[in-house]
Amino acid sequence: AATLETVKSPLSTDEKLTSLQDVTSYNNYYEFGVDKGAPATYAKTLKTSPWTVKVDGLVGKPGEFSVEDLIKSSTLEERIYRMRCVEGWSMVIPWDGFPLADLIKRVEPLGNAKYVAFETAYRPEEMPGLQSMFPVLDWPYVEGLRLDEAMNPLAILAVGLYGERLQNQNGAPIRLVVPWKYGFKGIKSITRISFVEKQPVTSWNKQASDEYGFYANVNPNVDHPRWSQATERRIGEGGLFVKRRPTLLFNGYAEQVAQLYSGMDLRKFY
Amino acid sequence: MDARSPRGAAKSGFAVPQVPKIALYLVGLIPAAWLFYHGINDNLGADPMRYLEQSLGLWALRFLVATLAVTPLRQILNVNLLRYRRALGLLCFYYAVLHLTTYLVLDQGLDFAAIWADIVKRPYITIGMATFIILIPLAATSNNAAIRRLGGQVWAKIHRLVYVAAIGAVLHFLLVVKSWPPEPLVYTAIVLALLGYRLIRSLYRKIAPQPRSPRRAA
Repeated sequence: AATLETVKSPLSTDEKLTSLQDVTSYNNYYEFGVDKGAPATYAKTLKTSPWTVKVDGLVGKPGEFSVEDLIKSSTLEERIYRMRCVEGWSMVIPWDGFPLADLIKRVEPLGNAKYVAFETAYRPEEMPGLQSMFPVLDWPYVEGLRLDEAMNPLAILAVGLYGERLQNQNGAPIRLVVPWKYGFKGIKSITRISFVEKQPVTSWNKQASDEYGFYANVNPNVDHPRWSQATERRIGEGGLFVKRRPTLLFNGYAEQVAQLYSGMDLRKFY
Repeated sequence: MDARSPRGAAKSGFAVPQVPKIALYLVGLIPAAWLFYHGINDNLGADPMRYLEQSLGLWALRFLVATLAVTPLRQILNVNLLRYRRALGLLCFYYAVLHLTTYLVLDQGLDFAAIWADIVKRPYITIGMATFIILIPLAATSNNAAIRRLGGQVWAKIHRLVYVAAIGAVLHFLLVVKSWPPEPLVYTAIVLALLGYRLIRSLYRKIAPQPRSPRRAA
């Protein structure tokens, strides 16, 4: 994997990093299987180069962007973020990427663009999970953000981690990272970004809308209907004797994002 | 009582090699030994506690399925494993104990407030706990003395609770995962097949009583 040149960011946390081994071997990427180890085993078949991201919808300058061009034309930043999975575990990951807002500004959204929808590659021949007899989700994977959420400086498009280009199981070649939301919002291997007027129908929300909301902000006070979200296990911490730690509102990023939701009932808009 | 004396054992069908029952216990506990050995050496991947917890639960379910498979195997394929059924059932219980202990001690760190909240608020925990409680009297009476004391019919009635436990176990599994992944669905299908077989057979025998039972025939 090619080494990336990055600059540091004040938005990074100084918490202890989760090891590269754990970050690249414990993944949820159901296009390659539902086991945590499946993506690391099976994602190698995904052909990530060349790769273009189609940007369309309510924008002044739609287009196709090659990942290589996006990397060349951006100042990549190292963003060390907490990552909290909706299942109750967390990591600290040094991502390399650029603000999503940079790309959004380049394509000049129109006034009626209210949401941004993202789509993962749909390639059954390269993604064994898509050939499963029991489809876990309605493919392709779709995620979305409100435009103001997408413009928040914390939201990045990551192309690497630990200074190297992303491995396929982590969503190569380009993925979304929104650290104040549950991990499933961080859509992987993005092929399309659309600017739309109506809230997009996102994959997990469609699968079980009472369990996975569109917003999916990390919130210890709003439980998943089947399990508590009050605490989390930090991967790589303590081995078998892992201690649960309290989950923080907005995953500890309240200062940067709480204003996006002022006046909203977070129990209703979970 | 026929729970103890396998009638068909000497008769016919496939010759199942007879191994000492203690060997089955020893082999059955190998996965637990393997899991704890690798767990202690931090060799169970990125999330070792969860791996241990889930694997122990899965082994409990596997032994439960194996226990339930003994009767259909005998009736359909004439493979008689009856003499191993008690060991299979007890192995299920041992794994359930280890699974529950892992949840209480390693997962929840004996935080009884959190555990109680889980039991009352989370159906998959409620069902899991109830299933474990059902297994207790079954394990406690899985010995010759209990069969003698209770009498075969009462004993057999109590042990029909295993059907409830099997349904509880797969529900517990289905409720803990996101979406509908294949593995819990496959176990659910197996359990439903094993229980459905018994239901259909008992209904069929009610409609068409077998002349085999001398009392009924007379």
